[in-house]
Amino acid sequence: MKNSVKKDFNFILGIVLTAIVVVPAIIGIFWTPYGIDTMNNSLKMAGCSLAHPFGCDNFGRDILSRVMAGSAITLLIGLGTVAIGAVAGTVIGAVTGYYGGLADDIFMRFNDVMFSFPSLLLALVFVAVLGSGRTQLTVALGIAFIPSYVRIVRAEYVRARNMDYVKSAKLAGASDIRVMFVHILPNTSKVMMGSLLIGFNNAVLAEAGLSFLGIGVQPPDASLGRMLSDAQTYLFGKPGLAIVPGVTLIVMVLGISLLGKSDTITRIR
Amino acid sequence: MKRSMILLTSLLVLLLAVALCGCAGDKSGNGSTITVGIPQDIEDSLDPHLAVAAGTREVLFNIYEGLVKPNSNGELVPALASEYSVDAEGKTYTFTLRKGVKFHDGEPVTVQDVVASIERCADTSNGEPLVAAFSNIAGIEAADDSTVVITLKEADTEFISYMTTAILEAKYIADPTSDPVGTGPYMFVSRSPQENIVLKSFKDYWGEKAYIENVTFKIISNPDTIVMNLEGGSIDMFPRVTTAQAAQLSDKFNIEEGTMNLVQALYLNNAVKPFDDVRVRQALCYAIDPQEIMDYAFDGIGSEIGSSMFPSFGKYFMPELNDVYNQDIDKAKGLLAEAGYPDGFEFTIKVPSNYTQHVDTAQVLKEEFKKIGVTADIELIEWNSWLSDVYSGREYEATVIGVDASSLTPSALLSRFQSEAGNNFVNFNSAEYDAAYAAAVASTDDAKQTEYFKQCEEILAKEAANVYIQDPAELVAISNKYTGYEFYPLYAQDISKIRIADK
Repeated sequence: MKNSVKKDFNFILGIVLTAIVVVPAIIGIFWTPYGIDTMNNSLKMAGCSLAHPFGCDNFGRDILSRVMAGSAITLLIGLGTVAIGAVAGTVIGAVTGYYGGLADDIFMRFNDVMFSFPSLLLALVFVAVLGSGRTQLTVALGIAFIPSYVRIVRAEYVRARNMDYVKSAKLAGASDIRVMFVHILPNTSKVMMGSLLIGFNNAVLAEAGLSFLGIGVQPPDASLGRMLSDAQTYLFGKPGLAIVPGVTLIVMVLGISLLGKSDTITRIR
Repeated sequence: MKRSMILLTSLLVLLLAVALCGCAGDKSGNGSTITVGIPQDIEDSLDPHLAVAAGTREVLFNIYEGLVKPNSNGELVPALASEYSVDAEGKTYTFTLRKGVKFHDGEPVTVQDVVASIERCADTSNGEPLVAAFSNIAGIEAADDSTVVITLKEADTEFISYMTTAILEAKYIADPTSDPVGTGPYMFVSRSPQENIVLKSFKDYWGEKAYIENVTFKIISNPDTIVMNLEGGSIDMFPRVTTAQAAQLSDKFNIEEGTMNLVQALYLNNAVKPFDDVRVRQALCYAIDPQEIMDYAFDGIGSEIGSSMFPSFGKYFMPELNDVYNQDIDKAKGLLAEAGYPDGFEFTIKVPSNYTQHVDTAQVLKEEFKKIGVTADIELIEWNSWLSDVYSGREYEATVIGVDASSLTPSALLSRFQSEAGNNFVNFNSAEYDAAYAAAVASTDDAKQTEYFKQCEEILAKEAANVYIQDPAELVAISNKYTGYEFYPLYAQDISKIRIADK
């Protein structure tokens, strides 16, 4: 086992890339070198320096501090989204997949309808109803991501419900709830692990996309998408404003994708 | 071999044709086009009498005209009326219609059209008349085929400025939006919601005809893409770019500099807590420094204002009001404590997301309010929600916006702050103000009237109706293919003056 981790190139690179972003982000929740919305007129559009390694933006705010806090917000929104989507998706998928029948048909057709909308568009609709803001955005994205989890989980349950171990558990008198969540659920972890990480990535990108459109995180709060959106005005004059959060986003997503693909993660039970 | 020759020849012919087309357009102005970027759709109305948004009016300026219209110096010049006279009392206005003026559909402008248009705006059957000042009209009649006489209940020396009210054709008056027919230098061709408004020059225009034939107003609701749209060539001109955007544009563009003619302020809903307390409003005024806002968000340019009036208004503008509140954190904190908020409070600023300058301003304000312990949350909302929720619905605590003047009379800016005014979206309520305003409108003596209007401005400043900031500098980015852009002391884009630059 130990040996195989060492050989698992995807895993190692994934961990390293993820850590590069996640560690500063976690620090960013508690501490940043400067206040994320502290303005300083003399530092407007300042270049890189020892005091401000990534320079300052159009309000003279330190970009490093904003990227640290911004990645934290982006990560939290990603986590929240995956939590909502995966929990609700698992419950719905488990019930419909396990029992089957008419309810399953109705649920799945409804799911197909939801699926036919791009999830970003769906999230847009929810944001329009719920209003913009960090919490609303998380809820909106979470709901929009439910259908994809429902489909994955349901497929696993349909496969598992006629397996011998499920039958014997039933014969032993286990309740349906117990069978569903104690016996079958752990067996779906292999599929779930990968899709959780991919889902997390999608959520991070969706947050960036929605904030980029101006309906996600509200200024002056920072998130990677918000920063990219603000940087757009200065794309020709000061590309650094867009490059720093952009590269952070790429590294974060790449790292997590590699983790999702790695053998070590998919082998976890 | 033969086939390739044919191909080559046809290509050459095509190229030549394209090149020739280009030349033909430049000489006569025929076939010439310009695409103007605007930040918002003219969603509120194509009906010039109902439109409230400044952004709508600047487009409609090209389509509709009144009996008089402002020129680029802000003076009112005869338009559909060739001349007018006022009697000594200031109560009877006589207008002589200009001969041979046609509507865009080819029909001549008649006295009936004028009477119908004025009557529509003076109609009180739905409560307030469309033009508030028209409640003063006692009677309007067509004396003969080319003369219209308007008599007023009380003398109003300001009245002529309201005669910029658009004249519509009587047969379309019930619903002008289905056929937007006016008399201006441009006529309406089509509108695609959220996309564009297309205009075409009007060949039978009575005055100096427009030079450029086809005008498209293209809606660029995402301000971040303005520079890309300009550089990419999808728009030729954008009024009101930020200094940062201007700095990024290549030398293919000229930047014209003027003022926006707006009262930019943090408008406070005077009816909701805690802004119903004058001390809280004053505290916010003491907390901010307009120059700091200009430095951060406008590269240091702009004109500070202290009340609902901007410098283009000349004698009515009171520079001394800029100093009613100068940044004083201790004083602000003291006032808050007195009002019962020693630890500050929290409120939400709703800002329309399509205006970078207002969003940036809100961000600086948030920082400034922090110093007095007040937390401002910024909520970006879409322009249409702003119009319906904030402006019409008055469901907000505070908002950053610029208010324009529809004509160059002080009442255009000041009438909205009367307690009962229909467009008093800040819910300002002061009996003293109402009295001063009424006295201003009623007085026939110019010096006295000016005095009363100044009194109104002073009350707005002292009562801290809003946190006044500035009249922002206006930077117009226009491709160097064009020339002749003119600024108005009003919120207007006069496209008819723009020409193709000589090469």
